[in-house]
Amino acid sequence: MAKGDRGAPARGKEVAGEPAPDFVQLLTPDGERIDKSVGADGVEYTIDLTDEEYRGLYRDLVVIRRLDAEATALQRQGELGIWASLLGQEAAQVGSGRALRPQDMAFPTYREHGVLYCRGIDPILPLSLYRGVDQGAWDPAEFKVNMYTIVIGAQTLHATGYAMGITKDGKVGGDDGEAVICYFGDGATSQGDVNEAFIWSSVFHAPIVFFCQNNQYAISEPIEKQTRIPLYRRADGFGFPGLRVDGNDVLATYAVTRTALDNARHGQGPTLIEAYTYRMGAHTTTDDPTRYRVASEVEEWQARDPIARVRAFVEKQQIADAAFIAEVDEQAKQEALQLRERVLAMPDPHPLTLFDHVYPNGSPVVDAQRERYAEYLDSFEGSAH
Amino acid sequence: MAEKLTIGKALNAGLRRALEQDPKVLIMGEDVGKLGGVFRITDGLQKDFGEDRVIDTPLAESGIIGTAVGLAIRGYRPVCEIQFDGFVYPAYDQIVSQVAKMHFRSQGKVKVPMVIRIPFGGGIGAVEHHSESPEAYFAHTAGLKVVACSSPQDAYTMIQQAIASDDPIVFLEPKRRYHEKGEVDTEATYPLHASRRVRPGTDATVLAYGPMVRTALDAATAAQEDGRDLEVFDLRTLSPLDLEPVFESVRRTGRCVIVHEAPSNVGLGAEIAARITEECFYSLEAPVLRVTGFDTPYPAARLEEDYLPDLDRVLDAVDRTFGW
Ligand SMILES: Cc1ncc(C[n+]2csc(CCOP(=O)(O)OP(=O)(O)O)c2C)c(N)n1
Repeated sequence: MAKGDRGAPARGKEVAGEPAPDFVQLLTPDGERIDKSVGADGVEYTIDLTDEEYRGLYRDLVVIRRLDAEATALQRQGELGIWASLLGQEAAQVGSGRALRPQDMAFPTYREHGVLYCRGIDPILPLSLYRGVDQGAWDPAEFKVNMYTIVIGAQTLHATGYAMGITKDGKVGGDDGEAVICYFGDGATSQGDVNEAFIWSSVFHAPIVFFCQNNQYAISEPIEKQTRIPLYRRADGFGFPGLRVDGNDVLATYAVTRTALDNARHGQGPTLIEAYTYRMGAHTTTDDPTRYRVASEVEEWQARDPIARVRAFVEKQQIADAAFIAEVDEQAKQEALQLRERVLAMPDPHPLTLFDHVYPNGSPVVDAQRERYAEYLDSFEGSAH
Repeated sequence: MAEKLTIGKALNAGLRRALEQDPKVLIMGEDVGKLGGVFRITDGLQKDFGEDRVIDTPLAESGIIGTAVGLAIRGYRPVCEIQFDGFVYPAYDQIVSQVAKMHFRSQGKVKVPMVIRIPFGGGIGAVEHHSESPEAYFAHTAGLKVVACSSPQDAYTMIQQAIASDDPIVFLEPKRRYHEKGEVDTEATYPLHASRRVRPGTDATVLAYGPMVRTALDAATAAQEDGRDLEVFDLRTLSPLDLEPVFESVRRTGRCVIVHEAPSNVGLGAEIAARITEECFYSLEAPVLRVTGFDTPYPAARLEEDYLPDLDRVLDAVDRTFGW
């Protein structure tokens, strides 16, 4: 696919799967570098990474795709209850995840496994949630990534409040300022919570980047069920800049997210980034996308694969050789293997843990139920139960 | 005409018939159109009745219910699907402050004849927010009626009755039982807001609704082996409750156990136990006991079998009523 005309923003209906001409792109699907690309915010974006950094992005992309495939396989084999695959969205997640600085805070949905990986979160943690062992209780303060949020859009308000707290703490205004990134999907933009988050962050000038992965679908509903204008243009009505980036281009995604986060940390308020991408797989492992979309659309997006273009680029530029490519594949394989073994070895939680942590100060009601249930379980001791 | 259907298919057939019989009936919700809903309850309906009547809405529950109110004021009869129990809360304000109060505030001038379908309850191994039992929140609200089906027959009949009713109705569907099969008589008639004795017995009365009816019946079968004859009621209507037949039963048996998946604290069981105590005090041989989910958030899937009432916990409670 050649890069489209970057003229006036698209008008009229948004249609799932149709190419978006008005986005920032720095790496074409063929792996050609574009030197500079102007966003809908009028800013000229470019990127200049070291060879080591380019290789690092490639490594991230390959590894998270492999881990994701492993999780899908584990679900098929009954080892996970369900899995929400990120297939196709690797560049959006690695580009934005690597753009974060250590002091920044992320609020994910339930699909940001790649962002978690970039933040150094052990991939076993989201898997324990999907296995049904716990609810994914990593420590947000340790990794600067909040827990997953399944209720669509709710986290956008949490992220906004957190960003307001950063301002209150006087942690904006310099290079060491903090910023928040909040992830959500195209479907989520219809929720009241998300629109309220836009209003709050705008009114309070919060240091936040709203990162919308427009993967074209909310389960079966294509983007035209949620909007008539490109999503990034919604920002205008709320009073902050919005732009669209090729979400399958890790370089462009990195560049725009870096800039938006740095703007936020320097006190320039919120930005909405619409990462234009595609959910290559099912919504989750319980979904059957053949019921609502045609194979040709998926094939078109296959041609815009986020990893193939980086590989073409690093090979063409001789940033990476065959040995490096093979080494990354091997690393991905090994990490997936380890993940599988650890999932299989994960112990089931003890029944009485379900009474834990309901309140910080405990509750006599819960304590009594725990005690009664322990006695009840003991009553089966030695019986066939 | 009688045929064998699953609960899911019976709901689909009931919705189809409602769409056929009244052009004002609309179906709206997330993924209800092309996909036929995540549980396929509306499968094929958009194809046959068009996008004007079976509407894939934007992803916003408050929007679904709020616009349904407007459509109802305009003369339509919206049937709203909430995808999972845990996702009804963004619409909670519309339901309890708007839907429930229109008729009262307008002194009867405004009716909002809508149905809010909610697949509810656990047991499907899902992640959080997909297994909840929010019935008490709605039953607590005057102006709303709340019903729960437990069989294909009721699924087919009750959904049509709920749609035909001018009352706004929260319609709870036992999602883990969607695939259970049973006879459906498409011409059957009986009242919507009535409880039903689903198993006669003499020794103790067990009350359940929705997914727990099957559990209660299984417990009754198991109790038979211990020589105990349990009478089981499917409450069917949670607001208003229909307890007269239950009182009659408890006066005979002297013992009562209430089963629901929702937590016990301020749950339906508390109201029912209070009413039974008021009406049957001198007949009771033991306190009315509750077998419920615990007063904790719904746990991770690998703990849900501990959380959910099952046959053993029902029998344990029955035993305790005899040990009093
Ligand atoms: C409040 C709420 N309503 C409904 C759902 C059920 N649901 C889960 S994911 C989803 C679609 C989300 O689409 P989008 O925001 O585009 O994100 P994606 O899953 O495509 O990444 C829906 C409707 C939910 N989780 N929360």
